Amino acid sequence: MSIEIKNLSHVYQENSPFEKKALTDINITIDKGDFIGIIGHTGSGKSTLIQMFNGLIQPTTGTVLINGIDINDEKTAQKAIRQKVGLVFQYPEHQLFELTVLKDVEYGPKNLGLSEAEIKDRVEKSLRAVSLPENLWENAPFSLSGGQKRRVAIAGVMAMEPEILVLDEPTAGLDPKGRDELFMQLKTMHKELGITIILISHSMEDVAKYAEKLIVLSEGRVKFTGTPREIFQHTIELEQIGLAPPQIKYIVNSLIEHGFTLDNSILSTEEAATEITKILK
Amino acid sequence: MSKIIEAKNLVYEYYKEDDNGKVIDKIKALNDFSVDIYSGEFLVVLGHNGSGKSTFAKHLNGILTAKSGTLIVDGFDMKDEKNIFPVRQNVGMVFQNPDNQIVATIVEEDVAFGVENLGLPQKEIRQRVDDALETVGMSQFKKRSPNQLSGGQKQKIAIAGIIAMRPKCIVFDEATAMLDPTSRKHVMETMQMLNKKYGITIIHITHYMQEAILASRIIVMEKGKLYLESTPKEVFKNVDELKRIGLDVPDATYLIYLLNKQGLNLDPTILTTEEVVNALCQLK
Repeated sequence: MSIEIKNLSHVYQENSPFEKKALTDINITIDKGDFIGIIGHTGSGKSTLIQMFNGLIQPTTGTVLINGIDINDEKTAQKAIRQKVGLVFQYPEHQLFELTVLKDVEYGPKNLGLSEAEIKDRVEKSLRAVSLPENLWENAPFSLSGGQKRRVAIAGVMAMEPEILVLDEPTAGLDPKGRDELFMQLKTMHKELGITIILISHSMEDVAKYAEKLIVLSEGRVKFTGTPREIFQHTIELEQIGLAPPQIKYIVNSLIEHGFTLDNSILSTEEAATEITKILK
Repeated sequence: MSKIIEAKNLVYEYYKEDDNGKVIDKIKALNDFSVDIYSGEFLVVLGHNGSGKSTFAKHLNGILTAKSGTLIVDGFDMKDEKNIFPVRQNVGMVFQNPDNQIVATIVEEDVAFGVENLGLPQKEIRQRVDDALETVGMSQFKKRSPNQLSGGQKQKIAIAGIIAMRPKCIVFDEATAMLDPTSRKHVMETMQMLNKKYGITIIHITHYMQEAILASRIIVMEKGKLYLESTPKEVFKNVDELKRIGLDVPDATYLIYLLNKQGLNLDPTILTTEEVVNALCQLK
């Protein structure tokens, strides 16, 4: 499943004193099987943009095509298409409400009118996909740790069997190990189930490590698109729009300035260590 | 230096109950936890999710009360309920989500919310609100609606509301977790300024190791206990140990660690980009 956004602009509260331009002239294509990170300062339009992906917000102008179909055209099967795009909001664990993990995850599929067996199958698959240990399935969601709760919330969206999974800051508030684990989980789901993953993050270290492509937003416009290696070469431009490459990038840049012959697209500490060792030995 | 906080053998338990309210499990969020915090310190608290950091923070102004152990904050014993109000005036808290902390529809009214309840004359309230907004650099926004502000700006408003109370100590419970890099930097600069210029004790809980290197001292919590305690340099050189308990180290420190594994002999306490670059230039 692909997403194509054409000439999209969005204005909140148009023609009122509170009119605010959220997105301006966005043109992007997301291909099936992409793993995309969206970065940008607070208020750059990231959250508005991802809500366009399944029609939660309709753009003021422009079109959103999913597999070539305009999702905001009333003549299309909007509901069916939107179900293929699962959205996980910020702090999704705040939306858990059921008495047990299993009940919470089955809430969505139950509303699709599926058979008992199908529901059970989807719920179990989703909980396995997020690696939530089976001995916790009968527990109250509120008794779980922060990272576990977040997995349950993601499983709830996975149970709808989306082809595109969109996550708004999935790792905010998680510790470094929790962040790594959740990203590894998303990577695995991406690889094994072929799901397209789009996520918003404020952690430049994380998107540098895990995303295959980045979309950089600033003041409602697309500033850059490309691989993390390409994007993070724009150190100064990124700083100007409220972002900052990971520390290792600054170290590499500074070493190059001091006469070290290093590839200026290096983004991981491991890679930097290997290259520096070669020079010094 | 005088102690502003003395925690001795604190124990706090969360209960897990079944449907009938019977306790089926107890989790010791604080397990015999002791620490002293000194006036004017910039203390960073590290630890993975569930290590007890926030539970401890919530004891500092009486949101939670320990089951056993003693906690003296600003000279007051927190066991005594009537001490909670005087302590809250002196120990402010800033939480993770700025949207949950804004109560008013105009910035300056939001900043005034706490200080209005201290029973001060109107003129004094006005003065304190203006000063607080000035301190965090948000004066030009005082008539604005908070919902037009960015996350970092909202956090600064939350901080201003606390500064207006003229506290001795501010606890930041993952207050930078939801912010973009620039907003994070601004909030960190605000913390450093409050610490250096006004001598306010700062306790900052974070998962960003880059922020922790600014501390005068770091404590690492694990399983409700004090696990490590030292300067950033001494704490972060324990790369294997920190990774084992789910934490990380700054890229600079990790790079040195990897290079030393390759047989180089570099100072393992290096934390910053400049230090790394200097050390490597000397080898070249």
